[in-house]
Amino acid sequence: MGFILISLIILIGIASYFLGNLRAKNLRTSNQKNLKSLSHYYGYYVALWAVVPALLILLMITSFKSFFIEQYVLSDFIALGSYTETELSLLFTQIENTALGIKLFDENTILINGAVNKLNYINKTSENLTYVTVLGLSGLLVLYSLFNINNKLNSRKIVEKFLLVLYFTCSLVAIMTTVGIIFSLLYETLRFFSQVPITDFLFGLNWSPQRVFVREAGDLDTRDLANAFGAVPLFAGTFLIALIAMCVSVPVGLLTAIYMSEYASPKVRDWAKPIIEILAGIPTVVYGFFAALTVAPLVRDIGQGAGLTVSSESALAAGFVMGIMIIPFISSLSDDVIKSVPQSLREGSYAMGATKRETIVKVLLPAALPGIVGSFLLAVSRAIGETMIVVMAAGLNAKLTANPLDAATTITTQIVVILIGDQEFDSPKTQSAFALGLTLFVVTLALNFIALQVVKKYTERYD
Amino acid sequence: MTDGIEQRINSLNKRLNSEKRFRIYCIGAMSFALAWVLILFLNIFSSGYSAFYRTVIQVDVPFLNLIEDTTQFTEMSSEDINNLSMYSFSKKAIYGLFPDIEEKKDKKMLIRLFSIEFEQEIREFLKSNKSNINETETIYLTASDDVDQVNKGNYPRELDEDKRRIKDIQLLFFDDLVDRGLVSYEFNLPFLMRGDSREPELAGVGGSIVGSLFTILVVLILSFPIGIFAAIYLEEFAPKNRVTDFIEININNLAAVPSIVFGLLGLGIILNTFGLPRSTPLVGGIVLSLMTLPTIIIATRASLRAVPPSIREGALAVGATKMQAVMHHVVPVAMPGALTGTIIGLAQALGETAPLLLIGMVAFVVDVPQTPLDASASLPVQVYLWSESAERGYVEKTSATIMMLLGFLILMNLAAVLIRRKFETKW
Repeated sequence: MGFILISLIILIGIASYFLGNLRAKNLRTSNQKNLKSLSHYYGYYVALWAVVPALLILLMITSFKSFFIEQYVLSDFIALGSYTETELSLLFTQIENTALGIKLFDENTILINGAVNKLNYINKTSENLTYVTVLGLSGLLVLYSLFNINNKLNSRKIVEKFLLVLYFTCSLVAIMTTVGIIFSLLYETLRFFSQVPITDFLFGLNWSPQRVFVREAGDLDTRDLANAFGAVPLFAGTFLIALIAMCVSVPVGLLTAIYMSEYASPKVRDWAKPIIEILAGIPTVVYGFFAALTVAPLVRDIGQGAGLTVSSESALAAGFVMGIMIIPFISSLSDDVIKSVPQSLREGSYAMGATKRETIVKVLLPAALPGIVGSFLLAVSRAIGETMIVVMAAGLNAKLTANPLDAATTITTQIVVILIGDQEFDSPKTQSAFALGLTLFVVTLALNFIALQVVKKYTERYD
Repeated sequence: MTDGIEQRINSLNKRLNSEKRFRIYCIGAMSFALAWVLILFLNIFSSGYSAFYRTVIQVDVPFLNLIEDTTQFTEMSSEDINNLSMYSFSKKAIYGLFPDIEEKKDKKMLIRLFSIEFEQEIREFLKSNKSNINETETIYLTASDDVDQVNKGNYPRELDEDKRRIKDIQLLFFDDLVDRGLVSYEFNLPFLMRGDSREPELAGVGGSIVGSLFTILVVLILSFPIGIFAAIYLEEFAPKNRVTDFIEININNLAAVPSIVFGLLGLGIILNTFGLPRSTPLVGGIVLSLMTLPTIIIATRASLRAVPPSIREGALAVGATKMQAVMHHVVPVAMPGALTGTIIGLAQALGETAPLLLIGMVAFVVDVPQTPLDASASLPVQVYLWSESAERGYVEKTSATIMMLLGFLILMNLAAVLIRRKFETKW
């Protein structure tokens, strides 16, 4: 229904553009008076009146419709007063399904039959009503705006004002997204911390939310809550895997950047740089698959060959693959930074008889250090927030370990494990995922902020 | 005196050597990075290409056993054919491959060489060729996943029988069929057309391709206009004040927020507060749009900034309003850059998995979705789902899905590069 209606509105909009345009032209020739704007601006003016209010009304109707329908259909049940809100919404779903022809009730009582009939009736009526309201409004406004066209009306100003407001609203989406993120994370997190003390979450050593889930059928024991949401093993696992990733990506990324900016001929550069940047464009799920099916067994076999016990979900495998993924983040940022060190520093160093290595290590790197550190921090924030590799290749059970050959789990893994599939809302287990999300959000934001500050400081030095 | 010179030569040699070593380290690091690109692609391609063809086994189906006269099929409607009871008939047709076997157990093993939908396949054949069915027709039936993997050589036959899913007697049957020339390959069209399935040989990526397509479409519809409008506002009209600064800070921060946080946003706000339907490309698209918006805005702003001021001033000088100067002159010039940024953003969205897991796009969906409001998976989610499955057939299917995903990504990036090369004006 929505699709047809929107298409109709757009058609009306296009038609009214031509109508407005035509009327403006006619006015101009018949009245011999000058209109204040070019005639097509009157077209836009009429089209805006035709489309915008209609779409807004449609949006309002669709967002409130279901609520009113539910109230209307359930009015008899509500009048009885013996149902709670959750029971009512369950009842409504059942009635909806019955209306679709799925038998759910053993015996159809008069009330339910009545409700089903009401639902069918209101669904049909509301659809017709929506069409009439929206199209009627659109048509009326077209007529109004057509007759509004006269030589006092400056439609260009109105249209431009509208566009400006539209543009501004679009740029507000960024703020709304941030607010949305903070609100959704904070709301659930606060509810979580009302049941589990924040200190337990931040300093507890045992993470086993499944236990709460199992217990949910019965009464929740506060002792269960107290000891199930200690996130330290997750922080440790995240840190361990990020550390392994950095151990791979920092030397490789930095040396690659040095080679690219100082040694490579332009030809090699032109080829190698895009190829390495492919690594950044590959979806993370591909790395996850690669880590789980190729690298993890390889690490395990090598480890076992050396007589070590290696988990098949070792932190080493996940961290290593993550490190490969991060290489381009470090290499291209550091490359830019090293290249932007003023040429005079290089030449000064060569003039003193330094070799290329000495120039790089003793002059360029110290000069570029803030920028390079900034790129490391961005890479760390990337590693901490990375999800798919660890979901597929790292462990799922939280265990406090510093052994890279052991299975470790991360914040992101646990968020996915908790929230994948059907979740019970209102349970501390689900809410704990949001608390983890908030932690992740805050940490990555802080890292990015620091990184940007560090880089900023650097650019100030040479300007 | 000579000692001094020797010392200096020594130290010079040392320095030159360390210079050489350093250079080798650098080359080594770069080769390491390049090598992993190669290894990754080789690994995926070598295990994935075989999913694009499948094993079929020729079976002679004696339709005369089903009906006295095969011309009668012509008058039957599809529904009549659906009502025909064909199960034991189809089984008998398969037994016809080895008329000698008597034991029930062996017969069962023989049936298991085929995919469980063999009856359906014969029925489909009958439906599409009902006007000219001969007494006996040769039909290519899909082999079961185990047979498929053995035929492709992906399956270690040397394992002990009790460690194998495929049994000795089945291998015997299979080898005999190969000798008789009844086993062949064909292009795996069903893999590209069908939805997911619990049987690897019947599972396809069709559903998730369509799901991805719908998702990307939603992202395009939402984030392209919003991103470009926002960029135009910030770059051309925004006054220098706190609100503008705040918006800019927000955009830069959003670009760095881990994708899974957007999934939490989708779950908390879009699903639970606004009550949009779970598991649908619509919700997936909305979440991914919010994620791609910063990319598009930043790229568009950069390309707007690159438009020389002379164009703006020229337009203003001949009497255009600010809005006209921007919309008629600046934006068209900046469009290639904006498009490039959008395509790169879409490519990012196409490969994104984590937020989709949280909004429930991991549902097991057999039907190919018809609208963005149907539950569906997407290509990267399909990769995740199949990689969790134990059956061997899913490994090649997963790799093949990745190949297609990478293919789409390469195409999109290529398009971005081409647009940039062709339309971008250098000032």
